[in-house]
Amino acid sequence: MLMTEARTHRAESQGTVEATPLPVLLQVKGVTLQYKTPQHLVTATYRVDFDVHEADRFVILGPSGCGKSTLLKAVGGFMNPVEGSIRIRGREISAPGPDRMMVFQEFEQLMPWKTVLQNVLFPMKVSGRFKGTDARERALSALAKVNLSKFADVYPHMLSGGMKMRVAIARAMAMEPDILLMDEPFAALDALTRRKMQEELLGLWDQLHFTVMFVTHSIEEAILVGSRILVLSPHPGRVRAELNSTGFGHGSVDHPDFGRLSRRIHDFLFEDELAVEARS
Amino acid sequence: MATHAAPGLRPEYERQLTDASDVGEVQRPLSLSERLWGSTPFRRFVMLVVLAVVWECYARFLSNPLLFPTFSETLATFWRDLVDGPLISRTFTSLQVLVLGYGAGLALAAVFTTLAVSSRIGTDLLSTLTAMFNPLPAIALLPLALIWFGLGIPSLVFVIIHSVLWAVSLNTHSGFRSVPETLRMSGRNYGLSGVRYVMLILIPAAFPAILAGLKIGWAFAWRTLIAAELVFGVSSRSGGLGWYIFEARAELLTAQVFAGLLTVILIGLFVESVIFRAIEARTVQRWGMQR
Repeated sequence: MLMTEARTHRAESQGTVEATPLPVLLQVKGVTLQYKTPQHLVTATYRVDFDVHEADRFVILGPSGCGKSTLLKAVGGFMNPVEGSIRIRGREISAPGPDRMMVFQEFEQLMPWKTVLQNVLFPMKVSGRFKGTDARERALSALAKVNLSKFADVYPHMLSGGMKMRVAIARAMAMEPDILLMDEPFAALDALTRRKMQEELLGLWDQLHFTVMFVTHSIEEAILVGSRILVLSPHPGRVRAELNSTGFGHGSVDHPDFGRLSRRIHDFLFEDELAVEARS
Repeated sequence: MATHAAPGLRPEYERQLTDASDVGEVQRPLSLSERLWGSTPFRRFVMLVVLAVVWECYARFLSNPLLFPTFSETLATFWRDLVDGPLISRTFTSLQVLVLGYGAGLALAAVFTTLAVSSRIGTDLLSTLTAMFNPLPAIALLPLALIWFGLGIPSLVFVIIHSVLWAVSLNTHSGFRSVPETLRMSGRNYGLSGVRYVMLILIPAAFPAILAGLKIGWAFAWRTLIAAELVFGVSSRSGGLGWYIFEARAELLTAQVFAGLLTVILIGLFVESVIFRAIEARTVQRWGMQR
């Protein structure tokens, strides 16, 4: 079937990628992140280190409240670490920028006053990265990649949730950012659409080999989408493990390797609870 | 893992789909009467006609043109004063003052809102001032305006500014505050900041609220102007619509009073249901931000 084909194709292309380890793109060193709520100063992550290499599908996985979204926002430049450093291609990150395009979970990220095409064009034009007909061609080809060419002149409110998410992805991809930051992008979608979107994202990666950082709280999604999984512990988020997850697709969910990896991650995430259960 | 107990197993089944061709027409065009009745302008027009007929009948039954002229007489007076009477120039005078006051009010509202979004002191200032002045009817400031600026256009403009400023600032500011965080972050993600961020992200995103503010501001301004003109109408020789109504009352020309009121209503309706409707249809409705 289609999925199995996609999977084998991916496995092949990964083979070539893995043969030569690609250079480090993003370096996160000893990063502690804190934010204020009206009552508390919350420490979201504590001394987190990891490297993202080029063409990685780097998944940050953890239970809710482990600071994974905060970590992604820090890479996006929306907050500065109180300790440690985040560097992209050696440059310190201090502010948001179009070299790190974000895709959010909420559908409100699209500008409702712009058509689909204008939405894709907007960041290219305001950042001055691409101009005129070049920008237009890029936008149209990005929309074609996510199968939305027919909807170029439609306003976002007429699209379904999955289509809105595709527009957001096309908009981010068209910018050709150094890294694509996705904050639980499929969490608001229904299960069937989510699965389709995961396949499409992997299909796009097969074509373009972009670098993506992907935050999720679903173990299955992490294994399916990721090539490398960073497992964070809860409260405050600390690195528990970094695992490889290559060669898995929707066709291999029943495979014993998939089950083993899934169980391993499950144990990392819930070891505290398991320990408590064992004691009682 | 624990297997969950099955509550009373029932046999499974699969079946062929039933033939649905007997349903007949799946789509049928609506008849003319159904379509007419479905159109809002048509229903409103019918309602207006009914009201006019009721008015005409009651006025004829009352038969006292000094108290309550008939609809036809009012229309005739309206037409006469419109074609070769003072109505056009009076309306023009009113609209001139209105545009002046409305424009100045919007400019000041822009200044206040900018202050409010850019600093916390600005927010406090705007909140305090709107809390104080929003409940105060603008017309209540007219005596003060007369002392400060005397009889004339400046006094009218002063009260109109007061009626526009707080409504528009309040709406715009709350519109800005309700812009979703994700949209703000998207904007900043593209490297937008300062004026460009406000123009390209905040204003369009808050446009439904801003437009609502503009509409309320317009309605307040129009009412305040007519009311103020009823108190004094002349700067030199030219009074506005309010003055036209006031004069007609003084001379007991009741049909003219009605014609003046009709003009006030018509202009109000025109701005509300033609100008603002057109803006809405092109913006917030097209964008799906308002149904």
